[in-house]
Amino acid sequence: MTVTIPSIHYLAILPVILLLGGALCLLLATALLRNKVTTVAATSLTVAVSLAAFATTFWQWRCVDRSGPTTTVAHAIVLDGFSVVATGVIVLGLALSALVAHDWAIRERVQGAEFHILALTSTAGAVLMTQANDLIVIFLGLEILSIGLYVLVAFDRHRATSAEAALKYFLLGGFASAIFIYGAALVYGATGSTNLSSISYFLGANVVLHPGLLYAGGALLLVGFAFKVAAVPFHLWSPDVYQGAPTPVTGLMASIVKVGAFAAFIRVLISALGTQLDTWRPIFWVLIVFTTLVGASLALVQRNTKRMLAYSSINHAGFMLLGLWAGTIRGTAATLFYVMTYAPIVIATFAVLTLVGGVGDENHDIAHYRGLARRQPWLGAALAVLLLSQLGVPLTTGFYAKFAVLAAVVDAGNTTLAVIALLGAAIAAVFYLRWTFTLYADDDLDAARIVVPTMTGLVIGLGVAATVVFGVWPGPLAALAQHATVLFSP
Amino acid sequence: MHSSLWLTLLIVVPLAGALGSMLTRKIEGRAYAVAVVAASVEMVLTLVIAVLYNNHIAGAQTFDFATRHVLSAPFGLAYDVALDGISLFMVVLCALVLLLALLGARDKRREGEFVSWLLLLTSFTMGSFVAHDFLEFFIFFELTLVPTYFIVSMWGGAQRAKAAMKFFIYTFTGSVFLFAGVLYLGFLHQHETQGALTFAYSALSATSMSHGVAVWLFIAFAIAFAVKAPIWPLHTWSPISYAEAPTAGSIEMSALLAKLGSYGLLRFTIGLLPLAFVTMRPIILTLAVIGILYGSALACVTPDLKRLVAYSSLAQMSFITLGLMAGSKIAMVGAVLLMFNHGVITIGFFLIIGFVERRRATATIKDLSGLQGPMPVMAALFTVVMLASIGLPGLSGFVSEYLILIGTFATHAWWGVFGAFGVVAAAVYLLWGYQRVFHGRATGANAEVSDASTKERWVLAPVIVLIIVLGVFPHPVLERISPSVQQLIAHVAPAGVSK
Repeated sequence: MTVTIPSIHYLAILPVILLLGGALCLLLATALLRNKVTTVAATSLTVAVSLAAFATTFWQWRCVDRSGPTTTVAHAIVLDGFSVVATGVIVLGLALSALVAHDWAIRERVQGAEFHILALTSTAGAVLMTQANDLIVIFLGLEILSIGLYVLVAFDRHRATSAEAALKYFLLGGFASAIFIYGAALVYGATGSTNLSSISYFLGANVVLHPGLLYAGGALLLVGFAFKVAAVPFHLWSPDVYQGAPTPVTGLMASIVKVGAFAAFIRVLISALGTQLDTWRPIFWVLIVFTTLVGASLALVQRNTKRMLAYSSINHAGFMLLGLWAGTIRGTAATLFYVMTYAPIVIATFAVLTLVGGVGDENHDIAHYRGLARRQPWLGAALAVLLLSQLGVPLTTGFYAKFAVLAAVVDAGNTTLAVIALLGAAIAAVFYLRWTFTLYADDDLDAARIVVPTMTGLVIGLGVAATVVFGVWPGPLAALAQHATVLFSP
Repeated sequence: MHSSLWLTLLIVVPLAGALGSMLTRKIEGRAYAVAVVAASVEMVLTLVIAVLYNNHIAGAQTFDFATRHVLSAPFGLAYDVALDGISLFMVVLCALVLLLALLGARDKRREGEFVSWLLLLTSFTMGSFVAHDFLEFFIFFELTLVPTYFIVSMWGGAQRAKAAMKFFIYTFTGSVFLFAGVLYLGFLHQHETQGALTFAYSALSATSMSHGVAVWLFIAFAIAFAVKAPIWPLHTWSPISYAEAPTAGSIEMSALLAKLGSYGLLRFTIGLLPLAFVTMRPIILTLAVIGILYGSALACVTPDLKRLVAYSSLAQMSFITLGLMAGSKIAMVGAVLLMFNHGVITIGFFLIIGFVERRRATATIKDLSGLQGPMPVMAALFTVVMLASIGLPGLSGFVSEYLILIGTFATHAWWGVFGAFGVVAAAVYLLWGYQRVFHGRATGANAEVSDASTKERWVLAPVIVLIIVLGVFPHPVLERISPSVQQLIAHVAPAGVSK
């Protein structure tokens, strides 16, 4: 028996190679040079690798722009504008999170390279998900992403809740993965392939007379994804995990998991099951209504800021789903734009939370934010801007993100859904505002000052700058998202 | 056609002022000085624009100072400004409100931040009034929420957190429908023309749509603007917000931001959806009449001076709505004039209440009495403002209310009849309020208050001058408003509006 090695377009998988290579190097280094790999060295390597991967995306973009989207490794990996932009966002997210984690690790005395090894591996999984053109590869990406995260969530050895959250995440995540792979199997049964392009071709060329198997498979895939993006009613893990995980890990999770999962979600839905749009839409409609409204309402009653942001991110997931509901190029571009702008905001927000959390990572009650902006105007104002951006105030990217997805939905002809989602945003506004008000309360002026380490400060500054600069001038980002989607490989 | 640079300056000058105040906030009094300079420059700019504005150029087109730059094609986002006779006086009012709020309601707590928020608010409000693109208008309209929220929540009274939240959530929820409506209209236009996505006012006003769609859009827009204006029954946020806000905040909200509601109703609701105008007219007119009577009734019984002015504002704003929806040119001109006059009168009210509050630390009516004795000049100034609000002939309020009433009688007599009760009721609650606060014998703390200082008199001088001048010689204002209203009516007219 001869095995033919498929041709490999190495540029396409270069970011994944870089990230995994970086992880391997660190792993070997820690094994060979015991205790000699300092936190500084590990962080530097992680940031360098992610920046190198980011630089690669420019090269990839030029390639895609010139010769169009291509597939490689037996059509299992795709190189198109969409994957390139999503990859860029993910690796930048890693770089920012690594910097926050660096300061956190020094404060919490959990030094060493392990954190970075796991983060690099997880990120490689997320990047793989954005490029996957095959259900099996998506599953691989999903598992690589998740396994690293399960460990990262448990990373805070000093806190029992961290291990508890990890166990919860692991059990439910494993369950969701199983559901996903079962769905993939059923879809394979119905269409004869796991390759997204082949599925799409099959469904376009044939009429499925007994679609039960296909629907069941699709529904299970949907559940798997809905779990990963924490859409209601598959969201129950997320507040506990967000709360229990070390805060920088929560930031990493909230950004790269969302980008990776949504990229794969879009690819499965638009490219493979695009012909079945009318079947999925009603399900999505219900999912979106619940996700936006429940996420926003439950956030109102929280006292713990990490739980609050967990519900807030559920609310945001609802908005990101709007672009998928539309199922058009505009919708895809809108969701891409949403995750692009959401990632830096959420990392910077969790960076502030990491600082306020203090030694032990315990001070996450809303009361710890009383008067923060009075004592430390810059830190407080930064958090206020980040919160207002998540609220969707104009002149921040949060507004244009909402604008983009809502425009896609209205364009696709369902203004009712847009209004419902917006009402969800109005409910969410209450807790963002309450938090902002707490920041500016003037009755607790003697609390201890919070030390802002350089790297974390830099990340917060970059997050705020990104949301304000592109909020005033969204043209380039919007054009990039649109261009990327036009270069979408069907 | 004049250069659009003038309008851009209107937006940029307060922004620069806000930045300057922020940078100089550490030095005692410097931020305030910077803000006053910026506000004065702004005032001069608006007056120059008012003089330059020429509504006879280019035939029927009454928009001047226009320009358009597309900023982001996928979003249909553009910087598009223009000014006509309707927005002209809103712009003047905006600058006047800022200047008088700064001079008359100085708040020394964290002054740098306070004046920066005020200047930012002015910049955004100016942007809304000169925006000639629906999306751009919406963005500025939403943006005004942020400074207002911070002004109320950080410098307000005891219940400031509740008031600020109520204000924000009401307006934000209202604009949800506006946002959906804006997007819908934009895509309707795009699908019709198969061109690029645009929200330009002139393009959208040419969109053809079915009657049903127009009615739905009308309802969506009207909800947002009715919250802002406020129109009964969506007014419930306003009394607590006006009462809890610091004086400058009350002035901004009631004299200026409320006008964004009626301005939006006129420009974007009536102007863009003439088809639905006729259908919706009786409903909105009825709500306006209810608002007049309801606001007047509550103004009679409320125990607090600020709330009294808040309820009186509800009645007056309903009067404006009545004039806008009546559908005759006279009433509409009167309504636009009342938007300006009510702004000026409200500045006067809140400034004087602020002066009294500064001396007595309360605005509760039963705690005040006989103030006429110790402060005769203040009482006299209050009387002028009050009489203008009641609509005494010879003062500004009369001209606008008269125009609205005769215009409404011509088209909707019964609504006019009930609306006219509002004028009578205004006399009742204002005179009664005046009687309780200023008449009688001043005892205790009330006897020891000082009269209006020279500075306070000077701050109130422009208000009094405008009230008297516009009462006897409104011609320069009317001649600028009329052609623009005429043009709007001509656009709406094919749908069956009487001239």
